Amino acid sequence: MLHTFVAYVEDLPGVLTRVASLFRRLNININSLTVGRSERVGLSRLTLTCDSSAEAGHRIRASLFKLENVVDVDDIAKDPAVTRELALIKVAATPRNRAQIFDLVEVFRARIVDLTSESLMIEMTGVESKIEGLIEVLREDEGRILEICRSGKMTMRRGHHISSVLHAMGSGEPDPAELAAEAHDESVARAPEP
Amino acid sequence: MGTKPNTQAPGANAHLTTPTKLTGAEIIWATLVGEGVTTVFGYPGGTILPAYDALRKFPIKHVLVRHEQGAAHMADGYARASGKVGVAIATSGPGSTNLVTGIATAMLDSIPIVCITANVSSKVLGSDAFQEVDITGITLPVTKHNFLVNKTEDLAGVLRQAFQIARSGRPGPVLVDITKDAEQASAIFDFEAAKPRAYRPHPMLCVEESGLAQAAELIRNAKRPVILAGHGVIESGAMEQVRTLAERAQVPVALTLLGLGGFPASHPLNLGMMGMHGEAWVNHAIQESDLLIACGMRFDDRVTGTLATYALKAKKIHIEIDPAEINKNVKADVALVGDLREVLEDLLPRISGRDGSAWLKSIQASKGAVAVHDIKNLPDSGHLYAAHVMHDLWRITGGNAIVVTDVGQHQMWEAQYFHHEHPRSLITSGGLGTMGFALPAAIGAKFACPDQEVWVVAGDGGFQMTAAELATIVQEKIKINIAIVNNGYLGMVRQWQEFFYESNYEATPLVSPDFVKLADAHGIAGRAVRTRSEVSSAVEEARSAPGAFLINFLVEKEESVYPMIPAGKALHEMIRRPGKNPLEESADDK
Repeated sequence: MLHTFVAYVEDLPGVLTRVASLFRRLNININSLTVGRSERVGLSRLTLTCDSSAEAGHRIRASLFKLENVVDVDDIAKDPAVTRELALIKVAATPRNRAQIFDLVEVFRARIVDLTSESLMIEMTGVESKIEGLIEVLREDEGRILEICRSGKMTMRRGHHISSVLHAMGSGEPDPAELAAEAHDESVARAPEP
Repeated sequence: MGTKPNTQAPGANAHLTTPTKLTGAEIIWATLVGEGVTTVFGYPGGTILPAYDALRKFPIKHVLVRHEQGAAHMADGYARASGKVGVAIATSGPGSTNLVTGIATAMLDSIPIVCITANVSSKVLGSDAFQEVDITGITLPVTKHNFLVNKTEDLAGVLRQAFQIARSGRPGPVLVDITKDAEQASAIFDFEAAKPRAYRPHPMLCVEESGLAQAAELIRNAKRPVILAGHGVIESGAMEQVRTLAERAQVPVALTLLGLGGFPASHPLNLGMMGMHGEAWVNHAIQESDLLIACGMRFDDRVTGTLATYALKAKKIHIEIDPAEINKNVKADVALVGDLREVLEDLLPRISGRDGSAWLKSIQASKGAVAVHDIKNLPDSGHLYAAHVMHDLWRITGGNAIVVTDVGQHQMWEAQYFHHEHPRSLITSGGLGTMGFALPAAIGAKFACPDQEVWVVAGDGGFQMTAAELATIVQEKIKINIAIVNNGYLGMVRQWQEFFYESNYEATPLVSPDFVKLADAHGIAGRAVRTRSEVSSAVEEARSAPGAFLINFLVEKEESVYPMIPAGKALHEMIRRPGKNPLEESADDK
């Protein structure tokens, strides 16, 4: 099954290697990995997706927590969450056939972010299937797509779920009891998918 | 010998209480002193020289090893014998890569050591400078954590954190790599301010009331329960709690190799070692069991045999500090994820007296029924078997010694025939199975416990891997007794060739030097033993010798360790002792 992990890690050299090395050691391929700054100073937030057995989720999460630089790990699994990906797509377009692409971009609610006499660049944000859809349509004209750059998935739980990091950092020292409780918290109210 | 007395003045430790400006090199030692370190094992070299230059100012004993692998094993042996953090020091490049086998050994057995390596100056880091290697990259998968420090002001904090990480939770090795310029520059050393943030337990630790109640219920209702006691019993210091559980609920105890000593061998509820070379009645008891209470063990493949047929009738209670071990190999019906001693202290009030006599009787009966032809009970045929050596060693020392084994047949014979009453009396590389471990680890153990009798038990193959450390013994003037079980083969591999590769003894016959002469060349006394009748007197001679002593036991060449579960077979599918001799074995050691 597809696993989605969201982790808060210390923003230090080598931390990404430690995370990646864990998956390498387990011989699990990382499908997608995005990393960026989070709401907390000194902590990066990453979203990682991989294919593995359903039972592997517990062990991966437990192993991620064993990394000293990992502060929090959330196993999103099939819980309600918003997942987005950003894609930049450069397509060949002359003044004669631009209009057709403008229409497509409109339909897919994408944007044109660069335009030259021979090409234009489309920026699109959305779920994976929507991006795949646009790419598929663009591919109908052979040779049109010049470059594709995709960010990988970013995931955030729906509802008021707050990571234990926020609790912990807010009060200075992490509260072990609270962290342990949160690690097993199944009670967080989750809004249904709209 | 060439050791200069420490030249620190009285009150030299004032910097531990008053912030003082020190060089990075001085901060390394000052922090170690503050962490309670008294002995380190190391080898100097170009980049670590600033640290060595500062050593004389600090009350720390440095043991010069002959190879950095030895330094890591000594730190490991020191940690296993004392329960404290062992420290190894090495220079950059080959000095640090030589540590790797020792670090992996400590990782696989959860041993707290801190390895300090130096690296080239930060301005040439990553430029393939002389003796530069990416040791934090290399050791990333075999350390609990590692650090690269290139700022003097970070040193004290990082080192203190390294000690905290090494000894907390499930212990393990930590490496701190320090650039030469960080050793040379100065910074204000403030030991108190460098204190790491409070240790954060693994967030997935979980011991719930319901789990404890369920465990107690399972124990109350079990007909054929077995406690599986592992290394965690010793690491957590839960010997008393396990014993109370066993006695109160009348549950027999089977031990892993690293668990030996965690429950007294002489205790009537002690079944002995389980797994690949465990006795038949132990493994049968596990296979027949209806409840396994796993205490600080991880269901290693050497303990379970094939998982497809492992203890299928048993419910499993898994008490373990590492959440990543839960359901890894064996599915737990009740998981109590926390420190073993604390969990058992919570569990014990719920455990009441229980009649286990029927189950204990049936196990006792199976000892007779599975009577094996144990070599130690056979009459003296003029041949010398390793089992005799181990049995006599145990008998003569009364078990009051720290035995440090290498890896292979002799290791299993030691586990079978030397009965360990106390924790930390057996030091052995279980997880990684590192040949060459025994001699250096024994040196470390001797420094941790100078008043204890320490025996190295090694094969002729493994001993030659790290035999250079004989010189370390001499230089440090320490008393260690060495028993080489010499069968002229890489014995365990030969045994596998005999059983599974049609006795094709490819690359296992082994030529060795005359070990007694080798010892003599180092100034170590020794003798060779060829018959069973000489064993006792040789062991006595070694014990009464003033210095280190080596005995070369020339044992039967093609003897195998029985029983044995072939890799990948079920726990009950053992290769049994061959029945050449009709003598019945008694399960007791009378």
